[in-house]
Amino acid sequence: MSTASDGKQASPGEAGSGTPWKDPSQQPFIELQSLSKHFGQFAAVDDISLKIYRGELFTILGGSGCGKSTLLRMLAGFEKPTAGRILIDGVDLTETPPYERPVNMMFQSYAVFPHMTVEQNIAYGLKKEKLGRAEIAQRVEEMLQLVQLPQLAKRKPNQLSGGQSQRVALARALIKRPKVLLLDEPLAALDKKLREQTQFELMNLQDQLGITFVVVTHDQEEAMTLATRIAVMDAGRFVQIGTPSEVYEFPCNRFIADFFGKINVFEATVVTSDGQYLTARLDDSDTEIRTRHEQSLVPGSRCAIGVRPEKLLISTQAPTGEAYTVTRGVVEDLAYYGNRSLYRVRSQSGRVIQVSAQNYQRSAELLLEWDDEVFLSWDSGCSVVLTE
Amino acid sequence: MTTVVNPGKRDRLWRGVVIATPYLWLLLFFLVPFAIVLKISFADPLVAQPPFTAFFDWSADAGNRVLATLDNYRFLLEDKLYLVSYLKSIKIALISTGLCLLLGFPMAYAIALTPYPWRNLLLLLVILPFWTSFLLRVYAWMVMLGKQGLINQMLMSMGLIDEPLQMLYTDGAVYLGIVYTYVPFMILPLYATLEKLDLDLHEAAADLGARPLQVFRDVTLPLAIPGIIAGCLLVFIPALGEYVIPALLGGLDSLMIGRTLYDEFFVNRDWPLASAVAVVLLLILILPIMLFQRLQQETDA
Repeated sequence: MSTASDGKQASPGEAGSGTPWKDPSQQPFIELQSLSKHFGQFAAVDDISLKIYRGELFTILGGSGCGKSTLLRMLAGFEKPTAGRILIDGVDLTETPPYERPVNMMFQSYAVFPHMTVEQNIAYGLKKEKLGRAEIAQRVEEMLQLVQLPQLAKRKPNQLSGGQSQRVALARALIKRPKVLLLDEPLAALDKKLREQTQFELMNLQDQLGITFVVVTHDQEEAMTLATRIAVMDAGRFVQIGTPSEVYEFPCNRFIADFFGKINVFEATVVTSDGQYLTARLDDSDTEIRTRHEQSLVPGSRCAIGVRPEKLLISTQAPTGEAYTVTRGVVEDLAYYGNRSLYRVRSQSGRVIQVSAQNYQRSAELLLEWDDEVFLSWDSGCSVVLTE
Repeated sequence: MTTVVNPGKRDRLWRGVVIATPYLWLLLFFLVPFAIVLKISFADPLVAQPPFTAFFDWSADAGNRVLATLDNYRFLLEDKLYLVSYLKSIKIALISTGLCLLLGFPMAYAIALTPYPWRNLLLLLVILPFWTSFLLRVYAWMVMLGKQGLINQMLMSMGLIDEPLQMLYTDGAVYLGIVYTYVPFMILPLYATLEKLDLDLHEAAADLGARPLQVFRDVTLPLAIPGIIAGCLLVFIPALGEYVIPALLGGLDSLMIGRTLYDEFFVNRDWPLASAVAVVLLLILILPIMLFQRLQQETDA
C-alpha cells in the first residue's frame, strides 16, 4: 500500500489553507453516511452523516456516553456499524477489518505493548507490513527523531513517563503513514503543563505531515485549541459542527453555549423578528436589544439571550455610545487572576451575572471592590439568541 | 515502675510474628520432615522397629559415629526399574501438562472474556469438582471406563462397537485422569493473568495490521507467559509424583515413580530406598524451578 505518496500530496499549504467545508466542489476525504450503531435498544450513534476534508484536524467533542468513542471505534474498524457507510479517500471501508484499514489510532490508554522496547513498539506496524529490516530501522529512527525520543529507544514501557508513553503511542501510529490518524482523548492523561506543550506539538506534527486527524475529547478547551472544526455530540447525534470560533461565538442552543465556557442567559420576550434581526425585551432590565437571528420567531414568544462574560463591560459610570446598558448591580464576589478578574454581579432583579474583565491598567484604584455599584453593558452584536 | 509498652516495639513484634509464621510452618512441616527423609535415605534397611539403621552411633566403641551409606542411591542407578519409572513419570507428567495447557488456555481465555456475572458462574464450575473427594472422582472414572462401564455400554447400544473396548487400566486412562484432575490448576492461574490483559493492546495490534492469529502470537501469548509457567508448574509437580491415578486407572505396566515409591515403602518395607527415591524425585522437581528462577532474575535485571 503506498500511503506514503498520499501523505506527501497533501502539502501543508494545501491542507492548511481555506475552508474546504464551505466549498461544495471539494471532495470529502472521510465521509460518514447515515452511520448508526445500536447496542440492543440503545443507539450509541444515531444516524450520523459527516464530511471531513483532507488535512483537517477534526475534533468530536462530547460528554461521557455521548457516542463519540463508538464513532471513533467504527472509524478504526473495532465496531461494526448497525447501519450506514464509512468512506475514506473514496473507498468504502465499512466492511474492512481494522488490520486492513489505512487508519491508525492512538489509544487513550496509549496501549503501548509492555513486553516490547520503545523501538519494537514503533516498528511493530511496519513488521506486519513485512518491510525489509533496513527500511524498518531507518523509518523507526526517523520516527524517534520526530517525537524526540531517540535516547529512549531501548527502554521498556514501564520505564517511561506518561508523556513519553504518549509519544511512543503517537510514533507507533504515525509510522505506517496512515491516511487518517484517530486520537482518543490524546491529552487526558497528561498534567497541565505537558498538555499545553503536547497540544502545540500535535498541531505542528499534523501540519508537517498533512495527515488528517480525527480527535475525540471531552475537554472543550482541548477541542478549541486543536481543531480546525469541532463537532459537538450529544446522545448519539451531532448538535453543532463548526470552527472553534463559530461554536463559541454562535452556539446554536443552550447546551452548546453552556458546554463551551461560561455564558449569562437572559430571559426575554420577542418584540419583532424578521428572519434577519430580532428585537427582544429583557425581563431583567426592561431594555430592548436588537441582535442578528436568522430564524423568525413569533412576537410575544419567549426566548433567551446569551452573552459571554468577557463580552460584558463593567463600569462604575454609566456607559455612553452604542452599548446598551442592561442593568445595574452590586459586585458580590470577585476573583483576581492577575491578567483578568472575574466578577459576580447581583443585578437589581436579583440574578447573578458573571463578568470577565481584562486588567489592562495597573493602578489599584481602578480595580473594583466588593459592594461597588456598577453598570453592566454590552454591544448588541455580541449577544446570541439561544433556542432550547 | 512504669509499665508503658513502647508502641514501636510492639509493632515490630507483631510484624515479626506475621513474617515468622509461614517460615515456621515451612520449617515444621516441610524442612524437618525432609531432613528426616534425607537422613533415612543414607541408612541401611533393618528388620526392626524402625526398619532402618541409626544415623548416629552413640555406643562407646564406635570409631566413626556417623553411619551413612550411599548404597541406596547406588542401587537406584543399578536397577533399571527406577530409571524407567522416573522417565515414565516425567513423560506422563510432561504430556499431561501439555494437554492441560492446550485444554486450559482456551477455557481460561474464554472465561476472562466473558462478562460478569456469567464469569463468576464459569469460575465456579471450574472449582466445583473440588467439592467432591478426589478419590471418589477417580472411582467414578473407573465406573465409566470399565468393560461394563457407561461409555462402553453407550457405544455398544449405539452399534458403534461389537465388544467392549479396553479403556480402563491403560496409559490413556492415566492421562485422562491426570488431565481431568489437574486442569483447574492450569485454568485458574491462566485466568488470573489473562483477566488482567488490557484489551486495548489487542486492538492496538489489530490497528497496526496484525491479523487475529498474529495478535494472539505477538501480544496475548507473550503477556500470558507468567500464567502459563505458574499453571504448568502447578500441574507438572503433582502429576510427576502422582500415585492414586496410575494405581487406580493405570495398567500394571504403567509404573510411575509414585507407585514404585509406594511399593518400596509398604510392600518391600525398604524405607531407606524409598527415601532415596523421594529425595531424587524432589531434586528432579526443584532443579528446573531453580534454574528457571535464576533465568528470570537475569532477564529482569
